[in-house]
Amino acid sequence: MLNSLPILLIVLPVAAAIAILLGACAKKTALLATAVNLALTLALVFGYDQAKAGYQFTSSTLLAPQWKLSFALGVDGLSLILLLLTAIVAFAAVWVAPRPEKLERYPSLYYACLLFIVAGATGAFASLDLFFFYAFHELALIPTFLLIGIWGSGDRLTAAWKITIYLALGSFVLLVGLLALYMSLPDDVRTFSIPDLQALALQGGIPQTPWIYLTILLGFGILISLFPFHTWAPSAYASAPAPAAMLHAGVLKKFGLYGLLRVGLPLMPQAAQHWTNLLLLLLVGNILYVGLVTIAQKRLDTMLGYSSVMHMGYIFLGIAAFNPLGLTGAAMLMFAHGLSIATLFAIAGAVRERTGSLEFAKLGGLAKPMPFLGFTFGLAAFAAIGLPGFANFASELPIFFGAFAHAGKGLAFSYYQAAGIVALWGVVISAVYMLRGYRATFLGEAPKRWAALPDLSCCLRPAIILLLAVLLVGGFRPQLVLNLVAPTIKAVLPVPAQ
Amino acid sequence: MQHLPWIILFAPLVSAALIVLFTQRWKNLSALISIAAVLVSAAGSITLFRTLPDSTTAFQFPWLDFGALDIDFQVPIGITIDGLSKAMLLVVTAIGALIHIYSWAYMADDEGKSRYFAGLSFFMFSMLGIVFANNFLMMFIFWELVGVSSFILIGHWFFRNAPAAAANKAFICNRLGDFGFLLGILLVWTATQSVNFEAIKARLPELTANPAFLPFATAAVLCLFCGTVGKSAQFPLHVWLPDAMEGPTPVSALIHAATMVAAGVYMLARIYFIVETSPAAMEVIAVIGTITAVLAALMATQQDDIKRVLAYSTLSQLGYMVMAVGVASKDGAMFHLFTHAFFKALLFLGAGSVILACHHEQNIWKMGGLWKKQPITVLTFAVATCALMGVWGFSGFYSKDAILVAASEHHPWILGFGLFTAFLTAFYMTRLFVVVFFGKARTQEAGHAHEAPAVMWIPLVLLAIPAFVAGYPGVIANFLPTPAHEAASNVPYLASGLGLLGIALGFLLYRAQEKDPIRIPLLANKFYFDEFYAQVIWYTQDLLARISAFIDRWVLDTALVRGLSSGTWGFGFALRFAQSGNLQSYALLFGAGVVALFYFILFY
Repeated sequence: MLNSLPILLIVLPVAAAIAILLGACAKKTALLATAVNLALTLALVFGYDQAKAGYQFTSSTLLAPQWKLSFALGVDGLSLILLLLTAIVAFAAVWVAPRPEKLERYPSLYYACLLFIVAGATGAFASLDLFFFYAFHELALIPTFLLIGIWGSGDRLTAAWKITIYLALGSFVLLVGLLALYMSLPDDVRTFSIPDLQALALQGGIPQTPWIYLTILLGFGILISLFPFHTWAPSAYASAPAPAAMLHAGVLKKFGLYGLLRVGLPLMPQAAQHWTNLLLLLLVGNILYVGLVTIAQKRLDTMLGYSSVMHMGYIFLGIAAFNPLGLTGAAMLMFAHGLSIATLFAIAGAVRERTGSLEFAKLGGLAKPMPFLGFTFGLAAFAAIGLPGFANFASELPIFFGAFAHAGKGLAFSYYQAAGIVALWGVVISAVYMLRGYRATFLGEAPKRWAALPDLSCCLRPAIILLLAVLLVGGFRPQLVLNLVAPTIKAVLPVPAQ
Repeated sequence: MQHLPWIILFAPLVSAALIVLFTQRWKNLSALISIAAVLVSAAGSITLFRTLPDSTTAFQFPWLDFGALDIDFQVPIGITIDGLSKAMLLVVTAIGALIHIYSWAYMADDEGKSRYFAGLSFFMFSMLGIVFANNFLMMFIFWELVGVSSFILIGHWFFRNAPAAAANKAFICNRLGDFGFLLGILLVWTATQSVNFEAIKARLPELTANPAFLPFATAAVLCLFCGTVGKSAQFPLHVWLPDAMEGPTPVSALIHAATMVAAGVYMLARIYFIVETSPAAMEVIAVIGTITAVLAALMATQQDDIKRVLAYSTLSQLGYMVMAVGVASKDGAMFHLFTHAFFKALLFLGAGSVILACHHEQNIWKMGGLWKKQPITVLTFAVATCALMGVWGFSGFYSKDAILVAASEHHPWILGFGLFTAFLTAFYMTRLFVVVFFGKARTQEAGHAHEAPAVMWIPLVLLAIPAFVAGYPGVIANFLPTPAHEAASNVPYLASGLGLLGIALGFLLYRAQEKDPIRIPLLANKFYFDEFYAQVIWYTQDLLARISAFIDRWVLDTALVRGLSSGTWGFGFALRFAQSGNLQSYALLFGAGVVALFYFILFY
């Protein structure tokens, strides 16, 4: 019974989406489905036996014996925190989504699209089979395209095409990499099953071909907006309706990182080492270069989009460090970043709805008429720039220590530490742009025309409060998240002796 | 006793949370909750001071622990109880309690009173965390929280441009310092594999035995010192503190005079065992402290805003403390921190009383003649002024001399600048006092001023007592180790003489003046640091940012991405013509292909 929970998590949003398309009340149905999903995910988290670790709640149906392809689901600590992230952000995103009667076009399709993204992300995080892991993510890209293209703002068609072509290209590169990996295996052990592949890797049965890992890294990297493949993200997030930006930046983008932790590193640890310096170089681009680009932004939405690209650099640093501290920090930061960026996009969406624009030059002083939005944006902004007390800080800290654990000989500097110092400087950069953006939007003297704007209505507030509350819990008790991911990190990623 | 430190630490946090979540609408209730919380902390601190034995491990719980991954990396929230933390605890909670009470009246009509008291409570929580920290990362956590509570309180009137800008400036300057601080922590951890003060202390002798460790230690100490430069507003990051005066005056008294800005000095005292491993770094610390002390005192002589004079004076005194650490007188630094906290808080609260009496006027040239109208404020302000100037018998005299004597044993240049600063201090404080309190009222408002309500003057009187006596050897010995004086020194006489000179000069120049007889634009404009930094930021960070944004938009996004995609599209478009179904053109293409193939095979 419990083993069917993961499949229920996928089926439920799909069923709700179909019901909505057939005429069910859109917002209520979607909210109910995501609420049940959140409850079921919590049941999974609490039902997961941490002492035993490993994959639990597994189910598997063999589909194509000749390729050892099966529809296999199951969860461990790592996928659990991502499923939890998906469930929380999905619930909040549907909650803050505009009421159907307010939407100009196809309200039921809008909600169905949101639910399909949820189903796709959930499926990707719960799949134990390479094929479905990949396919579910592809499934989620189509509704993202529709959401931006139909309900987006600004130059929505360009943004929609750009993100779709770019991500399709990334997925294609990834597919080439995964297939090359599959083909590089000896005939008799070829399989799509992730646990089997991991077991094989532990015995050293997977050829460590550097270029295959590079292809996989680039494929995932494009999906995560790794520098210099990041330009799709800011314009897409700026155009996307708030719930879509929340779901993509908060949840779906984590697919690539999850893939690196789930497939890339555990299957090809030695090949990964081959590209560490390249990765360090690119992530410095994410942090330093994209950080500077973020400073120069003149609109709140693109600034948030770029900031989300920049923060991927920290997660990459944890992955590049490839030691328990760094990897744990990376896993924790995926969770924290997803929540904080979703909160920020939700609030930015509410501001846009009121002012009709997110250009800094036109905004200012909004905290006076809208104290709730001003206060919560402040909290989320401080969370995003790594203020202690929020989950982001508790995750960045192990990443920094993980990078610095690679000391050179006789305390000399290593490339890891150099990248670590850049990342530390990034903390200053992010304070600069976040505070400038916060001030330009919410502080200072308000132009007269904004004086009468209404604050966020009371019935939408719980969504924002939920997101912030989870960030605070993660900041005060990071051990809760750490305990969940630690066994996975330990079991899946035996760090090569140094 | 089992929970005492936790109660002291968390009572203000509970208060802040209660106010934010439930009592925002009831301003006075919020204020009462906050005052009650700080009184709980203060009472708890006194009990702790009298009863609990020293310990660094008795109170501790894990915040992050990587034991599950078989690595020895723990970040506990743990309490240090020793002489240093006990003394600091009393300073923070006692002054904090008085300022909370004072704020009740000062912020009586403020729209955002609830927000103000929530911020104040949150600040108390963060500050107490720094005081209690038994490891680097806990200290860093609360260090950053202090920065954000300062942001909230400076920006209390966020709907005006100046406070909003000042709050940002303060936070970013602090972040710059924190960059170095965290880097320093990482370096120390690289060498010692621990962030715990006690463990580092135990590990250090073995490391220092190796001479190759010295440059590493210097780098680490200098990085850690960056934290002090940010938080204690030392040169070159001193620019945020004067701007921070945009916050409400009690905030300036508590945070930007008595406690938060002193945290940098407290941190140096706490990790002094690391600092002293590098003589070179200590040299730098002494020089930075001296520069700050002199520059700030010079700037103070030409300010017209009563709070800004006091702010520069705070900078200058913090410079003294940092200089003391640099000349190996950790005890002198803590001694001055202790006395300075009382008299400077008193000065700010007195200034608040004056400002309120003059209807929120802060320009000293629009005051005057207040001594008849505000007798209590004047008397207590006089006590604090004497203490700050180092008049014999007042607390500041003893602590300042402790530092100057230590400096005289170290380097004559540092002593010289220290004495010069003492002279300047006496001068600018006399200027301030004479212009504000003596002479004739220069405006209507100043003419109609009257004494502050009791809720405000009682804290003034209560602060005047320690401002007067805290320096006496018999008093201070109960709280802190006093620096041992070797042989009798001439330094105190020299300092007193220069101080008298400064007072005399101030009296002569500023007695019965309508406007400032001296105009030195360089000093009045704070050596143009703000303008200079604005240019630097514009030409480095902002220019780089714009260049990067340009590259991102036109090179990466347009030329490469758009170029590739339209290139692909164009290629497909061209191929469409090839796929025409026309047999002749197929044959032509086939022939061309064969020719090309032969060409490659034969000639390459």
